[in-house]
Amino acid sequence: MTGRLSWEALPTYGAIVTFAAVLVLSLIVMTVAYLTWTGKWGYLWREWLTSLSHKRIGIMYIIIAFVMMLRALLEAMLMRAQQAVALNNPGFVDAEHFHQLFSTHGTVMIFFVLMPFITGLINKVLPLQIGARDMAFPWLNAVSLWLTASGAGLVIMSLLLGRFSTGGWSGYPPYTGIDFSPGTGVDYWIWALALSSISTTLSGINFLVTITKRRCPGMGWMRLPLFVWTTACSSILIIFAFPSLSVATLLLALDRTLDMHFFTNDLGGNMMHYVNLFWLWGHPEVYILILPAFGVFSEVIATFSSKTLFGYRSLVYATVVITLLSFTVWLHHFFTMGSSASVNAFFGIMTMVIAVPTGVKIYDWIFTLYRGRIRFSVPMLYALAFIMTFVLGGVSGVLLAIPPFDYVVHNSAFLVAHFHNMLIPGTLFGMMAGYTYWFPKATGFRLDEYWGRLGFYGWLVGFYLAFMPLYLLGLMGMPRRLQQYDQPEWQPLLIVAGAGALIILLGALCQLIQLIVSIRRRRTLADRTGDPWDARTLEWTIASPPPEWNFSVIPNVDERDPFAAEKGKGHAYPLPARKDYQDIELPRNNGLPFVLGVLSFWLGFALVWHLWWLAILTLLGSAGCLARRSFQRDSEKRISAENLYQYDRKRHQQLQKLAGHHALNEGFRWENKVD
Amino acid sequence: MTDIIRSPRPSPELPSRLAERELGFWLFLMSDLVIFALLFATYGVMADRVAGGPSAEELLELRRPLLETLLLLTSTLTMGIASLFWQSGKVRYPLILWLGMTLVCGGGFLYLELQELRHLLEQDAGPSRSGFLSAFFVLVGTHGLHVCLGMLWGLFMICQLLLRGLDAEVASRLQRLGSYWHLLDVVWIVIISAVYLPGAMP
Repeated sequence: MTGRLSWEALPTYGAIVTFAAVLVLSLIVMTVAYLTWTGKWGYLWREWLTSLSHKRIGIMYIIIAFVMMLRALLEAMLMRAQQAVALNNPGFVDAEHFHQLFSTHGTVMIFFVLMPFITGLINKVLPLQIGARDMAFPWLNAVSLWLTASGAGLVIMSLLLGRFSTGGWSGYPPYTGIDFSPGTGVDYWIWALALSSISTTLSGINFLVTITKRRCPGMGWMRLPLFVWTTACSSILIIFAFPSLSVATLLLALDRTLDMHFFTNDLGGNMMHYVNLFWLWGHPEVYILILPAFGVFSEVIATFSSKTLFGYRSLVYATVVITLLSFTVWLHHFFTMGSSASVNAFFGIMTMVIAVPTGVKIYDWIFTLYRGRIRFSVPMLYALAFIMTFVLGGVSGVLLAIPPFDYVVHNSAFLVAHFHNMLIPGTLFGMMAGYTYWFPKATGFRLDEYWGRLGFYGWLVGFYLAFMPLYLLGLMGMPRRLQQYDQPEWQPLLIVAGAGALIILLGALCQLIQLIVSIRRRRTLADRTGDPWDARTLEWTIASPPPEWNFSVIPNVDERDPFAAEKGKGHAYPLPARKDYQDIELPRNNGLPFVLGVLSFWLGFALVWHLWWLAILTLLGSAGCLARRSFQRDSEKRISAENLYQYDRKRHQQLQKLAGHHALNEGFRWENKVD
Repeated sequence: MTDIIRSPRPSPELPSRLAERELGFWLFLMSDLVIFALLFATYGVMADRVAGGPSAEELLELRRPLLETLLLLTSTLTMGIASLFWQSGKVRYPLILWLGMTLVCGGGFLYLELQELRHLLEQDAGPSRSGFLSAFFVLVGTHGLHVCLGMLWGLFMICQLLLRGLDAEVASRLQRLGSYWHLLDVVWIVIISAVYLPGAMP
């Protein structure tokens, strides 16, 4: 009845772990108590948990990302602190716990911080940028959200009951096989990833169909904002690459639970096959993570340089070429595993080739800046830091693409420095820039600039201090994932890296303060026009936050950067005639996706602990949810044309009042002075 | 703030919504096809890793797979005929009849497949015997699981036809079920050519 579950599952194997578990538990209890005390459960259920609106779903994704990032950052801090002191002594984190720390840190950052952050931003922005009222599949979109949430819940659960994997975020067998990792850790890792990858695949399909089918009239492919292009390419990668992760992890699960022999040492297993399958997903995943960030930077750099993007077409082609090439480089993750020299050479060359389109993009961004009227606002600061720091990471990547060099530094701190150098200034800075840039669109007020800058400098300075020493340490021969060491010359650099991590943590703290300060000052920071940055694309033509139907009348676009063009021509805010309005339909709220999320969480839990009865029950429950949904008719509500017209008229009057003696139809550029 | 009118009739946007769903489902099928491609690759890697146990030549024979193939091809034909009925959108009972025949063929296929797998297990050639047998069971089993899910889906669609009738949404679901079913047929043809034929006729 209880499978592998017993009292020993409780987190009593180390003081730090027990403390963390108690902390998590008390945070959960406090949240529940707060919601009960303020009587917010009904509101939460009606407005958020059952919402199918892409805007709400986007915000919830980003909340998940921030909560999980807090955990991953604290873990990083613990590891850096441990390495700063653990010269010839075991430090304060024991080896088993240290291995759990780097495994959860990687898993959480990739699957439950960067992926939800990206999906959240895309959800929030994509329909607005293409002039659509929602995603193509709003219900499926909510299912994706709650699957991600239940995956994240499973990782948190591993802190409360049992342990997490010690096999690193990539979980190579045979170490992660049942012989060497008999506990529940690897199972937590497998099923959390499974939930996340189903969720991501569904999102990818949703995004791609939305982009192909829901563009407003006139929005041809070569007029799409670059963020939409990168989302489209990322979605294609998701659809074709994620099956590989599913196959790798599920075959591992079969090895573990049904005693099969895909990746075992004995009876014909082949662990190299796992490594191939994993990186066949893993390398496209790198581009799934980075392409949307490229999209954000393209939007931010164009807006804050007050110029259209330089080389739009070359940016598009570069994105498409990266998408194709990203399937041809996976072997560079394991040059040292015994392929022949010619195979290694092929993948080394392909890896260098893929740097070319990325280089094209860097030049395009630089030329967009050239002679622009640049405003150094927080998103722009992130973009500028990205351009310089990302090139550094790219160069170290080209070094690693040379097989002989890779033989020397593989599995060393150099590699750790390299991929953090891609993912922090690349993806994470991109997400921070996007978060700051689109925050007013989501909430109706801007983020506080002062604390935002402090947060930015925390991340930037902290990043350099934390990761530049790792390049040196890697060249000095320090392997990754070390719990303790005996080389005294490493310690000073590790202390610097520890200080860097602390500064990053302070930066993140500044961002938390920024959020609180901004909410308190929301009246002064309010975005009344809907266009706080003098921006260029469709999402800024509508109010902040947008009405639930986004566009009262679907816009008609006749060039790239349509809003900037209209402002230039003096028709920024046209008021359509009454006859142009039509009744519209929006999806009604629905509780089933949330229920599916809860069921899938318990399904994951049941599979981890071998509670087969619970697994069968939750599967039947999920099938019931799907069946229920297929009989639901009348799942849409209608909003009358008159209502839309009145809404638009009112907004137009407000805009007129705000514009005062300025010409309204040229936009609000006079409001966005260079700060 | 907004007045919500209960929608009295199917939305004018329904046809384009259904086209979106068909595109989305098609993309899902492509993703699913990648899973099969990887399982084929896995089988290719594992095919000679018999670890001293029985090999494909010793275990596989062609008579039963031939019957399975005939059943599955027939089910594709009956599904095709059923599609003529849901596309015309009027006749319900012949449609249910043809769908039913598809399911009967699918059921026969599954029965034969399970018999074969049971036969292997009795010979002590289960999936935990060797890497080759793990790969064989998972490849064939994943296809079988798909067929099984397709049959549950088909049964469910028959219930829906009886309870809800044949409206545009139900027809679109049948269309997607059809694509799914035909894809499984294609995958089976590859299984026959890549697993059974080389195994039984080395």
